[in-house]
Amino acid sequence: MDLQALWLTLRLAGVTTMLLLALGIPLAFWLSVTRARWRPLVEAVTTLPLLLPPTVLGFYLLVLLGPNTGFGRAATRLLGHPLAFSFSGLVIGSALYSLPFAVQPLAAGFRAVDGALIEQARLLGAGRLRILADLLLPLSTHSIVAAAALCFTHTVGEFGVVLMIGGDIPGATRTLSIAIYDQVQDFSYAAANRTSLVLIGVSLVALVLLYWRRTDGGTSDA
Amino acid sequence: MPDVKVRHRQGTFSLEADISFASGWTVIFGPSGAGKTTLLRVLAGLITPDEGRVNLAGKTLLDTSKGIAVGPGERSIGFVTQQSNLFPHKTVRENVGFGIRHLGRKARGQRIAEMLRMFGAEGLADRRTTQLSGGERQRVALARALAPAPQLLLLDEPLAGLDDASAHDILARLLALNIRVVYVSHELAEIWRIPGDVILLEGGRITASGPLRDVLAPRRDELLRQLSL
Repeated sequence: MDLQALWLTLRLAGVTTMLLLALGIPLAFWLSVTRARWRPLVEAVTTLPLLLPPTVLGFYLLVLLGPNTGFGRAATRLLGHPLAFSFSGLVIGSALYSLPFAVQPLAAGFRAVDGALIEQARLLGAGRLRILADLLLPLSTHSIVAAAALCFTHTVGEFGVVLMIGGDIPGATRTLSIAIYDQVQDFSYAAANRTSLVLIGVSLVALVLLYWRRTDGGTSDA
Repeated sequence: MPDVKVRHRQGTFSLEADISFASGWTVIFGPSGAGKTTLLRVLAGLITPDEGRVNLAGKTLLDTSKGIAVGPGERSIGFVTQQSNLFPHKTVRENVGFGIRHLGRKARGQRIAEMLRMFGAEGLADRRTTQLSGGERQRVALARALAPAPQLLLLDEPLAGLDDASAHDILARLLALNIRVVYVSHELAEIWRIPGDVILLEGGRITASGPLRDVLAPRRDELLRQLSL
């Protein structure tokens, strides 16, 4: 069992989930309230990683984070090392790849909140930020938990993006799914089986917690 | 005095109204689908009409020709509907205090207690709103709407579906207040108890206005038929 890869995978999934909640909540809020004409375009772009082959996303990220773009060079100067083939690069790639898994449930949760409650809050002087903090978030706790669980499990299981922009550096970018690939390449099927079972276990536990919470009535969703 | 001149189209329905509200209570009466709720929502700023203006106490809240549209939260208007729309994750106290966050902690607590007392709901402060009866919910909704001391209170069938005793008590408490009210109803039995002028709204048009007896008497039989009473 590659404990280093397990720890890296859990760390990557945890950081990515936190980052995606921080980015996904304002983005999903904007999508759920805006009447801007370019909303469908933004929604399509945020959903695109669901349909794109991970290698396509990984390829463009590799180019973007590399030394041939201004962004890549600026990031290298700022961090002191290139983003590609680093943990930070993996976080960026994972966040982009799992973005729809955060935004879709969050936006659906916000849209499900009774519009009459939001109107009442507006009548009582609440601005957009207060409506988000005081109404939408507490009334969408189940959607937030769902988004977090999906982001976490999706990141734990990702392979293509991680391989493209992270390669296979033990302790830095080698996640469990990469470790399984390596083990199969080495014909170590027993090791691949053990690692795969760990991946299945992590994902299953996260999903059971999610559904248990739903059936337990531990939600205040409107 | 609030006054409103509005033209609004929503699908096949169109509303055209030119009203100068009296001080005190004004009842907007008419069958379902007449445009009563739409009119209240325009007043509250929840709908921006195709054309029109809304003035309240000398202040322009809406003037589509000048691009003025004051937001619902800055209009000093309270709005209570039949559904109460209490925030389900908050206690009664938190609901009533929602619109007066600008007050200090002590002043806010006093205002909440005062509002709950005004509607006979002083014992409900720490209850979850999901534990309340229909009558209790409306008492809390009214206390919440009036806590910020609005200049105008809009009531959209607030007593519909309540038992007679609750409805009677809540209406008596409302009538004792010194506030301008626009009260929407399609219940003939309800509006007889309310003083003030009546505006008859039918098919999106005002067809009569004035004292209740004058408005309804000439068309009593027709209205009773329309309302299936």
